[in-house]
Amino acid sequence: MTEFVIKIEDLCKSFGDHHVLDHFDLSLIRGENLVVLGKSGSGKSVLIKCIIGLIEPDHGKIQVLGQDILTLDQTDLDHIRVKVAFLFQSNALYDSMTVRENLEFPLRRHSFQLSAEEVDDMVMEALQNVGLEHTVDMMPAELSGGMRKRIALARTLILKPEIILYDEPTTGLDPITSVEIITLINKIQEKYKTSSMIITHDMKCVKMVAQRIAMLIDGKCYAIGTYDELSTSTDEKISAFFD
Amino acid sequence: MLVPKAGLKSFLNETGETFRFALRFFQQGFRPRYEVEEFVRQCFVIGYQSLPLVALTAFIIGLVLTMQLRPSMVNYGVEVQIPAMVGIAIVREIGPILTALIFAGKIGSSIGAELGSMKVTEQIDAMEVSGTNPFKYLVVTRTLAATMMLPILVILADAISLFGSYLAVNLYETLTFGLFFKKVFDNLAYIDVIPAFIKTFFFGFAVGIIGCYKGYHSKKGTEGVGLSANSSVVVSSVLIFIIDLIAVQIAELFQ
Repeated sequence: MTEFVIKIEDLCKSFGDHHVLDHFDLSLIRGENLVVLGKSGSGKSVLIKCIIGLIEPDHGKIQVLGQDILTLDQTDLDHIRVKVAFLFQSNALYDSMTVRENLEFPLRRHSFQLSAEEVDDMVMEALQNVGLEHTVDMMPAELSGGMRKRIALARTLILKPEIILYDEPTTGLDPITSVEIITLINKIQEKYKTSSMIITHDMKCVKMVAQRIAMLIDGKCYAIGTYDELSTSTDEKISAFFD
Repeated sequence: MLVPKAGLKSFLNETGETFRFALRFFQQGFRPRYEVEEFVRQCFVIGYQSLPLVALTAFIIGLVLTMQLRPSMVNYGVEVQIPAMVGIAIVREIGPILTALIFAGKIGSSIGAELGSMKVTEQIDAMEVSGTNPFKYLVVTRTLAATMMLPILVILADAISLFGSYLAVNLYETLTFGLFFKKVFDNLAYIDVIPAFIKTFFFGFAVGIIGCYKGYHSKKGTEGVGLSANSSVVVSSVLIFIIDLIAVQIAELFQ
């Protein structure tokens, strides 16, 4: 039986007269890489920020790991957030902390029983996953854009989340680094069996990472399918992305 | 008349939002989980690292105040009253207000810029999605540290300022250290010291909460960070004078 880790029903969000999400429906199946594809400003980032509770929708239902996040109190929402990692487009590394402190921050706040050695081992494991063990004592400002993205990815992995939400993971990166990040996303999914929702308009990323693609057009989930299904569509709105 | 109306509306909105933000501090600040480690770190950053600037300014003010006061006092033949007069001026008003204004300039702007920068680079959102309450971690710790550290800085500033005054007196005549401070303390009553000390907690709270509010609600990218830092200093400085005015009126009632 198909198990949904995220289930979005009838989601609406407007900013003034602009309806960003208009009765949007979508589900994320456990263990899959789902790409939400849409042009810039179509509401992709608003969608995942609604999922993680950073933006409050006007209407609708969002179930994450079986819990309606819109009805949860702060404590329960924080418990859910430990299981759902979020990779920000801007990486959002704490720039006053070293790489080690960035990675330790969520660990120390949610895993009180861990000893210093265990914390250190987990930090190094997360850094090994992204191939950046040598940066452990560096400041984020000393890292390149691609390295920062990988450190941000390591930070999202540190609490062993069940779901990872990626907000434009390849935006602003050169083509080679983009491929490295995409490869890393696939590697992580394979190793930790995470479920991922990837927001992007980068077609190379879509092709390499997507098991299913949801098209966000005019605030609605316009179409869902595999890359092969959607790339051969005759619908103008869909084919415009694949041409 | 559209512009003044809009300006008034915006001012009232901002004031209301600031009060709500301060209320949130009291609602959330005293409930677990307590961010003790971060609070201690902020006490070090806010208190200890402000000490050199506060000490230097206090020393110079004590020295200059005495040097400028002396000619008038000599004219009236009451130069013997300089320690008493300087003592009252520093302890009651100059020490608290000057330290608070320097504190607003250094700490208010630094909190506004730091939190503003964290806001526009989504670091506050990152903290929130990692299951950490950023209000408690960032706002409560900084505001509490500012509230606790400013009174300590003011006590130190008063002492350093009086020492500066003692040196200035000794530029023109010989007065022992013990006698200088005896004259200062003989003329100070509890009513001079206690209200002056209590109001510094409110000054510290104002600097902390305004800096945090401005930074936490920073907008418009890097331009917004600059605006947050700037308005933190302006608003908290004005608030310091308003609190001072109210504190003086309340202290008058007990005299």
